[in-house]
Amino acid sequence: MRTAPFFLICLVVGGLLFAAALALGNDYYFFAGYVVLQYVVLSTAWNILGGYCGYVNFGTAGFFALGAYSTVAIYKLIEGNELPHVVPIPLLMLVGGVVSGVVGLGMGYLTLRLRGAFFSIATLALAVVLETLVVNWDYVGGSRGAFIIRPETVAPIGSYVRYLFLMMLILAVVGLTVARLIERSRLGYGFATIRDDELAAEASGVPTLRLKLIATTISGALMGMAGAPFPYYIGYLQPDSTFGLDYAVNSIAMPLIGGTTSWVGPLIGAVLLGSLQQIITVTISSAVNLLIVGCLLVAFVIVAPNGIIGVVHKYVLHKGDDFVGRRHVGLQSPGAAPEVDSAPEAPS
Amino acid sequence: MIFSFDLLINAIVSGVLIGGFYAAVTCGVSLSFGILDIVNIAHPAFIILGSYVAYIANASLGLDPIVTAIIVLPAFYALGAGIYQIYYLSFEKRGQESLRGLAFFFGLLFITEVSLVLYFGVDYRDVNAIYIGPTWHFASIDVPLRIFVPCLVSLVLIACLQFILTRTFIGRAIMAVAQDQLALRLMAVDPVRIKRVAFGISIATASLAGAFLIIIQPVEPSVGRDYIGRIFAICVLGGMGSLPGTVVAAMLIGVVESLTSTFYGPSWAPAVSFGFLLLTLAVRPAGLMGR
Repeated sequence: MRTAPFFLICLVVGGLLFAAALALGNDYYFFAGYVVLQYVVLSTAWNILGGYCGYVNFGTAGFFALGAYSTVAIYKLIEGNELPHVVPIPLLMLVGGVVSGVVGLGMGYLTLRLRGAFFSIATLALAVVLETLVVNWDYVGGSRGAFIIRPETVAPIGSYVRYLFLMMLILAVVGLTVARLIERSRLGYGFATIRDDELAAEASGVPTLRLKLIATTISGALMGMAGAPFPYYIGYLQPDSTFGLDYAVNSIAMPLIGGTTSWVGPLIGAVLLGSLQQIITVTISSAVNLLIVGCLLVAFVIVAPNGIIGVVHKYVLHKGDDFVGRRHVGLQSPGAAPEVDSAPEAPS
Repeated sequence: MIFSFDLLINAIVSGVLIGGFYAAVTCGVSLSFGILDIVNIAHPAFIILGSYVAYIANASLGLDPIVTAIIVLPAFYALGAGIYQIYYLSFEKRGQESLRGLAFFFGLLFITEVSLVLYFGVDYRDVNAIYIGPTWHFASIDVPLRIFVPCLVSLVLIACLQFILTRTFIGRAIMAVAQDQLALRLMAVDPVRIKRVAFGISIATASLAGAFLIIIQPVEPSVGRDYIGRIFAICVLGGMGSLPGTVVAAMLIGVVESLTSTFYGPSWAPAVSFGFLLLTLAVRPAGLMGR
């Protein structure tokens, strides 16, 4: 399917979803749905770098919070100068996206010469450095946090949370379309070569550094865009919770549980896990919901390494053993595995 | 902020002492990440687990935290060996350790932390021991015993580890497994067993580090998160798997953090280690005493 029809279909599905939520008539569904959609965007964004390129980013919360805090900064600017205008959410998303994208690019320059684990640790470090900066920046509230007063209603739609829901829905559609576009383009094949064997890719003339920089920028920008409307949603923004590791663990768990090789995986993972979390938070407690995410993550990476998509392909569609192998050679570098697998067991 | 010489000297002394403690916290990761290439990002969670074990023994039996930690060393060793076995079977054997192995440890971090929250709540816990409280004074220098004792024991611990790694058969095998697994096989040594032992030792150090942590400061389950960055910063700065390098790097970061919080305020201190980490990774990935 071409990209334009896909985008339209997504929009129609999104429209139906919005209509269904409207028909239910309870604003709670919009509150809960917003969080799920936010996770769809975050996990899709994470997957562009983590799933396609194989670089694990632990700093999701950092990028997300950058988006959120650029909104706070704009809000304070408007408040301070007593401008009467309410800034439209798409504009805030754009600003948040640009800020996070630029930081993503910068982080890429600093860290992408490092392979694998070093990169992951550096992203974790980046999130903490950003948090320290925000905590010490009084203009956006510092460690006390910042209050955002959201307007009661928006003209054609009704309550403000419906408007936020709609905006996040559109962002999710855009995010999924971008992810699918990348996956099927030259760029996506380039990313896959990096994931499979970076050295071989480099040797075959794939511009790995440039591709990785593109990936961090797109991924970071999407995360920032997801964070931009957040202050209006939550009303009171505080560094501790905005930079919380919950975002990091969720945005990693969701794609891995869904399946990382295609845009469907993060979507499935986010919808399933996101809704499950909403249900558990309401019925049991929010601490238990993190425990369950952790357990599911560990269980899935051990038992079903290719996620739900991998399971469906293997057992339902019977498309052969290795779903990932369909498009490329496999996840392991050629030299590494046989050494452990095929050599005879030494007496112990 | 008024600059004073006493303040400076005290900041440096407490930085060095805290650095000794950081070395104990990091030496486990120097083993697992530095030597074995296992990115055990859940190490801080095991340290917190060690703190809670020390807390339970102290609150119910009145045992000294450090004595408790030494008693439970075998249990932590077994835990580490068990985790390595799962890790080996599910990831290393299949050659998928990079992405999924990381996610596995990240998940473990959360499971441990949230389980502790559910069981003990988020209240701060602390322990009682005779060396908590008194402070030695040398002229204008204060040496609080609650930091001095962990620092001392930690240096002993690292000396023991260094002895094991360089002087015993198993230690040399651990160093060898990092270099060439196949060659080790040809010497009729099972690399998987050696790695299991090494990973067990690395988790066992978390028991002691946990006891030190709860002696130095009150502990609640999410305290461990503050240490993730610090640990890896020290490990990388120290040159990945070099224990003497770890001690030097730990004291360096301890001093810089202590100076930062004395002269600029404690809220800036967390950024120091991470800033160091980012800088080291960007400028000199081999660290101070890289192999």
